[in-house]
Amino acid sequence: MKFTLSWLKDHLETDASLAEIEARLTMLGLEVEGVEDPAKDLGGFVVAEILEAEKHPDADRLRVCKVNTGTATIQVVCGAPNARAGIKVILAQPGTYIPVTGEALKKGKVRGVESQGMMCSWRELKLGEDHDGIAELDQGLAVGARLVDVMSFDPMIEISITPNRADCLGVRGVARDLAASGLGTLKPLNSDPVPGSFKSPIGVKLEFTPENASACPYFAGRLIKGVRNGESPQWLKDRLTAIGLRPISALVDITNYVTYDHARPLHVFDAGKVKGDIRARLARDGETLLALNGKEYTLSPEMTVIADEAGAEAIAGIMGGEHSGCTETTTDVFLEVAYFDPIRTATTGRKLDVLSDARFRFERGVDPAFVVPAAEIATRMILELCGGEASELIVAGEEPDWRSSVVLRPERVAELGGVKVSKAKQEDILRGLGCVVSEHADGLLVVPPSWRGDIGAEHDLVEEVIRINGYDQLPSVPLPRPSMPKPLLTPGQRRASWVRRQLAARGLVETVTWSFLPSAQAKLFGGGAPEMHLANPISSDLDCMRPSVLPNLVAAAGRNADRGFKDVCLFEIGPQFDGPEPGQQRAVAAGIRSGRAVPRHWSEKTRPVDLFDAKADLLAAIAAAGGNPDSFQVTAGGPGWYHPGRSGTLKLGNKPVAAFGELHPATLAALDVKGPVVAFELFLEALPPQKAKATKAKPALKLSPFQPLERDFAFVLDATVSADAVARAAKNADKALVADVAVFDLYEGPNVGEGKKSLAVTVTLQPTEKTLTDEEIETVGKKIVDAVVKATGGVLRS
Amino acid sequence: MDQLDNIRAEALAQVAQAQSLEALEAARVATLGKKGSVSALMASLGKMSPDERKTAGAQLNAVKDQVAEAIATAKAALEAKALEEKLARERVDVTLPVRPESQGRIHPIAQVMDEMVAIFAQMGFEVAEGPDIEDDFHNFTALNIPAEHPARQMHDTFYFGEKDDGSRHLLRTHTSPVQIRTMLANKPPIRIIAPGRTYRCDSDMTHTPMFHQIEGLVIDKTTHMGHLKGTLMEFVTTFFEVDEVPVRFRPSFFPFTEPSAEVDIGCSREGGELRIGKGASWLEIGGSGMVHPNVLRACGLDPDEYQGFAFGMGVERMAMLKYGIPDLRTFFDSDLRWLKHYGFVPLDVPTLSGGLTR
Repeated sequence: MKFTLSWLKDHLETDASLAEIEARLTMLGLEVEGVEDPAKDLGGFVVAEILEAEKHPDADRLRVCKVNTGTATIQVVCGAPNARAGIKVILAQPGTYIPVTGEALKKGKVRGVESQGMMCSWRELKLGEDHDGIAELDQGLAVGARLVDVMSFDPMIEISITPNRADCLGVRGVARDLAASGLGTLKPLNSDPVPGSFKSPIGVKLEFTPENASACPYFAGRLIKGVRNGESPQWLKDRLTAIGLRPISALVDITNYVTYDHARPLHVFDAGKVKGDIRARLARDGETLLALNGKEYTLSPEMTVIADEAGAEAIAGIMGGEHSGCTETTTDVFLEVAYFDPIRTATTGRKLDVLSDARFRFERGVDPAFVVPAAEIATRMILELCGGEASELIVAGEEPDWRSSVVLRPERVAELGGVKVSKAKQEDILRGLGCVVSEHADGLLVVPPSWRGDIGAEHDLVEEVIRINGYDQLPSVPLPRPSMPKPLLTPGQRRASWVRRQLAARGLVETVTWSFLPSAQAKLFGGGAPEMHLANPISSDLDCMRPSVLPNLVAAAGRNADRGFKDVCLFEIGPQFDGPEPGQQRAVAAGIRSGRAVPRHWSEKTRPVDLFDAKADLLAAIAAAGGNPDSFQVTAGGPGWYHPGRSGTLKLGNKPVAAFGELHPATLAALDVKGPVVAFELFLEALPPQKAKATKAKPALKLSPFQPLERDFAFVLDATVSADAVARAAKNADKALVADVAVFDLYEGPNVGEGKKSLAVTVTLQPTEKTLTDEEIETVGKKIVDAVVKATGGVLRS
Repeated sequence: MDQLDNIRAEALAQVAQAQSLEALEAARVATLGKKGSVSALMASLGKMSPDERKTAGAQLNAVKDQVAEAIATAKAALEAKALEEKLARERVDVTLPVRPESQGRIHPIAQVMDEMVAIFAQMGFEVAEGPDIEDDFHNFTALNIPAEHPARQMHDTFYFGEKDDGSRHLLRTHTSPVQIRTMLANKPPIRIIAPGRTYRCDSDMTHTPMFHQIEGLVIDKTTHMGHLKGTLMEFVTTFFEVDEVPVRFRPSFFPFTEPSAEVDIGCSREGGELRIGKGASWLEIGGSGMVHPNVLRACGLDPDEYQGFAFGMGVERMAMLKYGIPDLRTFFDSDLRWLKHYGFVPLDVPTLSGGLTR
């Protein structure tokens, strides 16, 4: 919403400065978005007088002028055709900032003649388009005066209006709020009836069934004949231009002006083009209308139109039609002022995709009691600016019932708002806003004004009272709180936090990526179902909910590689989406490593990442989350986006908890990323819940007084036998003695034969009762070998 | 006992001449060894009378001890010299770089959320969560935003396809649906914050289609707007870790709160540098207000009995303001250079006792 200061002062009697008005508007909830003060950049310009103007010796179209600046006479070369002795002009001297160039004026020579200043056109001051010559000022102005002191400038103020404040989409509403807050007084408004000298030959009708009557319950109109629809007067054009509207013709400008002056859109039809009576009705299915914006709209039966006998002439509350629009040749004009249903207007506007000042106001709700007053104001303006003769006002329907009464318990202002405002002050504030206030058993009975459809309940009144009283008066009260706060995170939240910091501690860099991705990528990771697509994606690249975090991480690795960073370690903790219903999402900790695990270094051997890097990250994450990595079954193979031979799944019972491995080369190729890339995905909610413990005490530490000892065993096995199977068999061979089994060597090659491998393990034996004899060690060793042989079909390597 | 003196002098000279451990060993063998000069004299003791033996034995033992001590001293000196020489040969270039270790980072969004949780936990707020995919009821209707309300135009909502019943799900446009889910599931008193991902169909210099919000909700029988202001004032001063951050409430409109306020914090922009704290300018950080009676009703709470406040803030915006991150869009670029520069080391767990930020 834009307006100028002078326009505001048409409605508001105030001595407040522009800065005070700005500050107050913001504190009233009418946030100032910007102020354009034309005087701001004009401080250096002075009024000067041309004393002499001679032709330039070397240029026919230039004049060399002697100019009186008030303190001196200087020489200025000027090319304006109207530069002549005796006129008062606007002078800029060297150093003055020139708005149109954005630079300070420099002293110079023009065709060899020195010029000590510049006489300016209105355009050079950005005060208009006129550039035919230099600006000629009123002869009565004092030479040497600063321009800003002798001319009045009208600053433009732009405020943003929240959807509830339809009343402030007009300058008068803004003035009313300022007045209510004590920043001046509201000037009276003349909306007295304009006497009609004849009966309008064009009638108005409301053609609705009772159930649709709310579409347009109230309609006023009037014929004004014998108008001249020329240009608007300068003041009107200036105001419209200042708020960004293009002046068109007096009649059209008047409708725009009333729209912004009173938040009251209205329409003028060229009566010569209207056939029969004017009526409001619902559109016929498929009815078309060429609107004033030059576009043709196909209407449907839930939309309201203003029509004549021939058909629709305007989309009610949104835009007039081209056919009956007013032009310079219009002599008889029919003024329409109606009340249209906000919801229907909003729906129509959205469906037709038309934005207009009228729609913006109607869909937020115009003042239902301001139909006839607006008609009178507009009539008066038309008669004043275009001449003509007005008919009697004709009215169809009746003013919608807008009156409501709300009880305000004055103590609620303190209870809800936290600020004490006396009952008397509450009454004053509400009256200032236009409410009718009377006593009530519980406090105050308040009838809000017709223009405040947003006030309908007690809390609305509380807000109005504390708003006008000033939010700066709200106290700041600490929330009462427990003397010693308890831990408040849920187990899942704590878990996510531990995993996050553990992964970062392992050298992975946390990132955050979109929840959506290209559907082609979703398909690579088991997603992309139609129901997972957004109906209105921001771009075709982000059209589908992610079925996994990995594609985003891999794509990110690719982007980093393109920037020259090929060794990438990234992780993200966030949702993946398994279905289209709320809650069909899982919290995942996912990470990738790409490029080299060990970069080139003088003492280290470089190597590319492999799946055990990802597995290590995964196991560390599980441990950080409080899980026991040994309690999961590791099975070969992961989801389809992993390398089938170099991936694994961690399960608890039958439930997959995590997957890890090298990514499938085909998946990487589809994502256009160079491998190898290894990854893991851990479903945080699938981890078993941590058991609630009665005590935080740790179990007693049992230390054996006997030294542990290690024995090595090597087995020749089928290549398909897993290391895990060997380790488990060895461990279970004597649970009391075997403390640990570690794989320390793996060999595949000619020495063990095709399809075979040699796997060597170190078994740690921990005696607890006595030092083992050689015989006992021998026995345990045999048990271990037997168990492994039995479980795996392998043989002890001799 | 000239002979004894001679042997002693000779033996000590032999030891003194040894320039290496090998030569010293040879000297030891030549003197104290089985066939050594001192040992040979010891053998001669057997032929003496007991009296002679007593005197000569004592003298001989003294010589033996003296030679042995000389050998030990010489050995220690030679060993020290040998070690010195060995160490001198073992010199390495200490300016060589250490073995590579990769440095991980915590994303600023996660870090700032942790900071916020630390502060609000102190005030007794729990952390609530909700789904990203929402239905119309939780995201709009229960929040007093009916279907045709112009406020729905304030949200550029991502929708999913229409279902058979004509309804369609959406990506939550704010974290406020978590309020609704919390109030439907729990009886007051309620004190929660709800950080999380939110989505709007908007993308330009200052908007990304996904961003993070943190929502706060307090519902009981007495909490009023002064508490809201107090809570946010305590929050911003603690969060920004400066002495005093002025807070300004401005009237505004949100369908789910009334009275509503936009929250500004003080800042200065002197010299083109933004500083949070006392200054001439204001910066908007979020919306807030008293929970609208219609929202309470939608959650089965009687607005004549219960009241409270709600607020919402952009997590990225708070991170940008606190840590001077210039561009919102870079949060989601996964650019390693950015992540390492603006990210946090994992050991920096924000606490109020230790300070939120290093």
